[in-house]
Formats: sequence, C-alpha cells, structure tokens
Amino acid sequence: MASNANTPGSGVLTRRSWASWLLGTSLGATVLAFLYPVLNYLVPPESSEPSLSEFELDLKVSDIPPNSGRIVPIGGKPVLLFRKPSGELAALTAVCTHLDCTVQFRADRSDIWCACHNGVYDLNGTNVSGPPPRPLTKLDVNVRGDRVVIRRA
Amino acid sequence: MEWLRDRLGLEALAHVAAKKEVPIHRYTIFYYLGGMALFLFLVQVATGILLLLYYRPSASEAFESVQYMMAEVPFGWLIRSIHSWGANLFVGVVMLHMVSVFFLKAYRAPREMTWITGALLLFLALGFGFSGYLLPWNELSFFATRVGTDVPAQIPVVGPLLSRILRGGSDVTGATLSRFYGIHVAILPAVATLLLGAHVLLVQKHGMSVPPSEENRTSRGALRFFPDFLMRDMVGWLVAVGLLAALAAFLPWELGKKADPFASAPSGIRPEWYFLWMFQALKYLPAKVAGLPGEMLGVFFFGLLGAAILALPLLDRGAARNRSSPWWNRLALLTLAAALALTVLALLPAGGSAR
Repeated sequence: MASNANTPGSGVLTRRSWASWLLGTSLGATVLAFLYPVLNYLVPPESSEPSLSEFELDLKVSDIPPNSGRIVPIGGKPVLLFRKPSGELAALTAVCTHLDCTVQFRADRSDIWCACHNGVYDLNGTNVSGPPPRPLTKLDVNVRGDRVVIRRA
Repeated sequence: MEWLRDRLGLEALAHVAAKKEVPIHRYTIFYYLGGMALFLFLVQVATGILLLLYYRPSASEAFESVQYMMAEVPFGWLIRSIHSWGANLFVGVVMLHMVSVFFLKAYRAPREMTWITGALLLFLALGFGFSGYLLPWNELSFFATRVGTDVPAQIPVVGPLLSRILRGGSDVTGATLSRFYGIHVAILPAVATLLLGAHVLLVQKHGMSVPPSEENRTSRGALRFFPDFLMRDMVGWLVAVGLLAALAAFLPWELGKKADPFASAPSGIRPEWYFLWMFQALKYLPAKVAGLPGEMLGVFFFGLLGAAILALPLLDRGAARNRSSPWWNRLALLTLAAALALTVLALLPAGGSAR
C-alpha cells in the first residue's frame, strides 16, 4: 500500500523515488547547463601566434656595442639581443625559465641575469646557477645590409 | 522612533547588544585585534570606492590615471596612499589576529568554523593584496604578477590552465589587468562580505573564547560590549586613522615606473613584505630536488601550509579535547621563525642580487 511504498531503504522502485530521481537529475542537468558556458567563458581564447619566422629589426649593428645587450620585441615576446665581448652577435629568448621574469645582460660579469630570483645563465643561454631549470632558447641572428635580422631557429 | 522599532525589530538587536560581554583577563587586549581588522577592512572599502572614481583599468591608461590622481586630483594622494598603507596594515593586523587566536586556542570546539572562515578571510586578504598590487600597472607590479601567476602554473595537470585563466591569456597583458580589476573590485569583495558576515555572526553566536589558562579562574570579570568595549575599540580605530594619515602624509605611496613588457626585470625587485618569505624560498629552491622540479615542490609546500592553517581546528586533537597541544605550538613557532628569517634575508641588501 501507500505506506509500504514510502518505507525508506526498501530497495523497490516506487513512484516517489522515481519522481525524486527525475527531479534530482533535472536539477543537476540545469546546474551543469549553467556552469558549462560560465566555466568556458573564464578560459580566454588562444591568441593567433604571428606566423612570421623572420624579423628585421629597426636596429643597426653599431647600435649594440660589444659586451652589451638589449631587449627587443619579437612576435610579442621579449628577446635578448646582445654582443659578446668577442664581438659576435647573439639572441636568446629573454623569458627566464624559472618563473617568467625578463632577464638582462650583465656587462660587468658578461653573463645573463634574472633579477627576480637571482638566476644566472652564461652567454650560450645555459643555466649556470640559481633556480632556473632549463636553458634559454637560442635564436638565429643575421646581418642583412646594415640591419639586424632575427630568425626562429 | 517607536514606529521604526516595531517594524525593524530593533528591540531584539538592543537585547543582544545589552547582553554581549567581553571577558576580562590577562589576554583581553588580544580581543581588540578582530575589531581592528574589521575597521581597517572598512577603510579599504571606503578608499577603494573613492579610487574607482578616477581609476581606468587598461594597460594604456591605468598608470596615467593613478599618476593623475596622485598629482592633480585634490587629496588624491591621500586617498591612494591610505588605501596602499591601509592594505599593508590590514594584512598585518589580520596576521596578528590569527597568531593570537592560535596561541589562545580560541579555535577549540565549538568555534572551529570561526577559525576556518577566518583563515579563508586571510587568504582573501592576500588575494586582495596581490590583485590590487597590479592595478597601478608599474614595473614592479608587472613582474610580481608575471611571477605570481606563473607559480600556480607549476601545479601538475591543471596548473597551466589555471595560469591562463588568471592571466586572461598566455602572457601578463592588459587582459590580465582587466581580470585583476574585476577580481579586486567585484569578486573578492562579494566573497569577503559573505565570509566576513559569517565570521562575525559566529563570534556573536559563540561569544568570546576564554583561553584555557584563564578558564578555571573563578573571579573573572566581564566588560559590557556596548558601550564599554566598543568605546575602547573606537579609541584604537582613531589611533589607526591617525597612523594612516601620518603615513600617507609623510611617506606617500610611490608609483614607480610604468610597466614595460619589453624591459628587463629591475635589480632589487621584490614583492610586498607579506610575500617576502615565499619569494626568498623560491630563490633558494634549486631547479631539481630529488628529480622533481624545485618550483613544483615549493608550490606543493605552500599549498600544504595553507591547507594545514585552514584545517587546524580539525587537526589539533589536543585542543579539540581541551588539552594543551605543545607540539602544535612548537610547529607554529618554528613556522613563524622560518617565515621571519626568510623575510629578514629577503630584506638584506645582498638578497636582491648576486653581488
């Protein structure tokens, strides 16, 4: 009878438990239907990476004296363009592999240093001391006419 | 007045206010810290609302709008400096409040949820500090945000996505500024208001906790909250306002240089004082510890510490049974000493560079 059908834990499918199940799942589905667009809204869309692989800089070779460096924007990312004491031009990604700060060329020690957590790289981009876990990535540097050209290696 | 009283149920309120008491004992002074934190929070709300009238949340205008406020707007320097100094004072008072509640064992049953809402409010305070720090869009805050949003990226599996959501992209840009602005002025205040309401209600429900060492004393007096304790509270608040005004007038908060995404991180860069211990720990962590990435280990440890603080009333079995918990006290002292030592090391001039 009706009183038997309402006994909890009887394990029998009753009209009441069926209705509760329907209500519960539709409530859950409604919540999910609200959450799905909101959670997706929070994740920003991927920005389209510039497909360029070669960048001609508005820089002359003479703008960078030996044993000095400067940050140049390459495809929206900072790149360290520098000249070794020997006179050779080189470029490395300037984003520290530790926690994303921007590194700098240290002329007095002829190395590359990140001021945030004291990470040090040599002029080949190899991490030599401090917390950085990986080396900086090398980029190709060429001189076309008078201009510096940086290419993704 | 009677008309209002009947309709608003003011009698019940007056009844509660008349009954509320603050116990008097050796440690009564620590009861003032909660009220002080609440007051400083309200100062932040008031000055924050005023800052909204001039601030512009975009990468091209944020720095300039703060500069304009500091230089041109009448008393703009005062409002902004009070907001910046007040934030630091607020975090400091919240920390002191938590430390005193810990050692006075005020999180014993039935006040576990009061502690847990309080711990969540401390995390929110740090979130307020971190998100607000970026808003002037200067060099220091730019790199602080680069680091601070790359730290969660070290969490396995969900880390990179979490970092993307925080930054509003793969880099810290104007999109990050928009997000942090929304977080700082809408999301965090909404959550903080709810939590603060729950926290203060719980304190009213359970009354002030008396520390175990004072509990058995028979001749314990009590102070009426209204007006006796509140008056004393207000003296403290007046002193706080005076201190804030003096700090703002004599040491106006600096603005620094505008953020340049294509400049190197400046030497001597470091975060606000309450993040220094984390900052210094990240410096010492080597790239690999027992085959695991150092930063990942650091993030794991920070997370563990946060979880331990949050769940303390459930973990501290001794206090739960109203017995003393010497090991928890020692652990807390050790943690505090380590955090203090790391902070001091970060402040030493050699801490900022390899020189």
